[in-house]
Amino acid sequence: MSRDLDITVKHLTRVEGHGNIVVDMKNGVLHKAQLDIVEAPRYFEALLKGRSFHEAAIITSRICGICSLGHQLTSLKATEQALGLAVTEQTVLLRKLLVHGATLQSNILHAYFLAAPDFLKVKSVIPLVGTHPEVVLRALRMKKLANDIGDAVGGRAVHPITCVPGGFTHVPTAATLKDLRRKLVEQMVPDFLATVETVASLAAAIPQFERPTEYISLRSDGDYALYDGDICSTDTGRVPDSEYRRMTNEFVVPHSTSKHCRANRTSYMVGALARWNNNHDRLCPESLQAAAALGLKPGCTNPYMNTIAQVVEAGHCALDAVAIIDKLLDMGPKLETPNQEPTRFGTGIGSTEVPRGILYHEYTYDRQARIVKANCIIPTGQNLANIDDDMKKLVPEVVAVKSKEEITSWLEMLVRAYDPCISCSVHMLDVEFLE
Amino acid sequence: MANKPRVAIFDFTGCEGCELSQLNFEDQLLDILAQVDIVEWREAMDDRADEYDIAFVEGALSTPDCIKRIHDIRRRSKVLVALGSCAVDGGVNAIKNLHPIEEVRAEVYGKDQYLFPTLPALPLSAVVKVDHNVRGCPMTQGEFLRLFTALVMGKQFAEPDQSVCVECKLNENECVFERGMICLGPVTRGGCNSQCTNFGQYCIGCRGLVSEPNLAGMAETLASHGLAMDEAWKRLQLYNAYRLQGVRA
Repeated sequence: MSRDLDITVKHLTRVEGHGNIVVDMKNGVLHKAQLDIVEAPRYFEALLKGRSFHEAAIITSRICGICSLGHQLTSLKATEQALGLAVTEQTVLLRKLLVHGATLQSNILHAYFLAAPDFLKVKSVIPLVGTHPEVVLRALRMKKLANDIGDAVGGRAVHPITCVPGGFTHVPTAATLKDLRRKLVEQMVPDFLATVETVASLAAAIPQFERPTEYISLRSDGDYALYDGDICSTDTGRVPDSEYRRMTNEFVVPHSTSKHCRANRTSYMVGALARWNNNHDRLCPESLQAAAALGLKPGCTNPYMNTIAQVVEAGHCALDAVAIIDKLLDMGPKLETPNQEPTRFGTGIGSTEVPRGILYHEYTYDRQARIVKANCIIPTGQNLANIDDDMKKLVPEVVAVKSKEEITSWLEMLVRAYDPCISCSVHMLDVEFLE
Repeated sequence: MANKPRVAIFDFTGCEGCELSQLNFEDQLLDILAQVDIVEWREAMDDRADEYDIAFVEGALSTPDCIKRIHDIRRRSKVLVALGSCAVDGGVNAIKNLHPIEEVRAEVYGKDQYLFPTLPALPLSAVVKVDHNVRGCPMTQGEFLRLFTALVMGKQFAEPDQSVCVECKLNENECVFERGMICLGPVTRGGCNSQCTNFGQYCIGCRGLVSEPNLAGMAETLASHGLAMDEAWKRLQLYNAYRLQGVRA
């Protein structure tokens, strides 16, 4: 009930990377409510300068282990556009299959390992091994199968091996694809339905908090946009990804080693909830049923529901992966020589939906196909201003009715709901934060 | 076991892909957890602890704060293991060491560059004693399990020191050079079962160099397979920028 509040959570746990939550309220006046990003610098844009087009995706993959596949594919799309390298239908299908595997893996990891302990009031997933063994085993089974897609198609789920400019160095056999298909149908789909039941039983623990903001994701005419699409805002509609700088407007703030972004308001949100708000009409029926069961409605403005949107999306990834495998089996998977003969040397932009939101890479190449200029804009960086705006609305709303411990827990859950990937967001900046 | 080893996991400058690889032991994770007490792991749990029997450390050192923290971790750890290319060799982070630091900062920050201090990227062994390495980018999962088992069982662990070519030949792959590509296998330390060349890609050198690499010969071979000499050295530096500082003008 105090009108003074002083919260510092140093090195927030169960998120990827290093961030601190800082709240300072005196006499009912909020002086500070923000997520400080204290991750060490990476300087990837500088690392890329002068490197061959063969290495661009290898290097940018190392921005982030969790998002390595997303960085690779976004990087390859930018390189292929800059150098005029066309890819085959099989390459696009294999990449889309990889995206589904990586999104599934990441969403499951976040929901079960990083977010669920909050709902069950434990400090990590480890105590759940004893109290909820069937749930933990299910989570491991789902994660493993999602990673199996990465292993079969990419050679390895973390920092995949086979994705190169113009195609793949290896393609899975029909037998491998059939085996994946069988496991997806017999194991992943039932596990997804069980996951929805488990999450529904915990849904009452999701904080009730609403703050309308701008939601930005890719959108395409054909499918639920992950690998490709236009930039779509709930405020201003669709624009091509060549407009990405106008839709991100990166700027430096002193409390974060990651740059912040804004489009039409002071902040915007990317990620599963933004994809849901823009593209729910493109989801498969099973995902829509899951959304109904979990209380996720179109136009949702509760950021805590991002975790729910991730679960809903996981079902779509599993079922669409089956559909893609069927197409690949119809075509008959065959090893194709990657198209690595540049037809031009210029600038290219790649944009994809990675688990945490839209990722942009832009490269300019010289006539030796070496990078002259690189720019990468990361989903978590785009979300940081939105997280700060959420905190600034949340703290005054709950300060009179909740204890400091409850508020701290809600703030931690808020940041975790965004599933922030701080290594990614701090691919370039470093700030020593001094009070 | 009466007293299970107290294990902690830390991360510095890197992508946390090695830690993620630990969470990716879906089949072995519960067995691993049964053998040790994980007392600190910020990425996965809330708890903190004071002393560790084994500390696994991922990432390179690249800020003054990193240096302070690694000394602190070393003081509190009986065994310190460097996890992955960044911790063992500086990793891709060390490419920035090749460029004048002012240029690197200006490239990324523009006019705000002086707000943000940075150091050259260093492997852990440049600052503290490292007891064991798990190499690779991401860390080679099989090597991690071999070392983990050795530590828990109190057995010796020997680091492999043959080139990737040895394993690639045993896997009966066609030589990557014969396929019209380049490859860093001849100077790169094996132990990965030639994972990349098995999947049709060239060896990018992520496990670091063998103990006595013929670097000039390697660069010449790369050049004779179509790379300009400066490009050949750049490829060699991808994962070895720290080790190769000053090796070639």
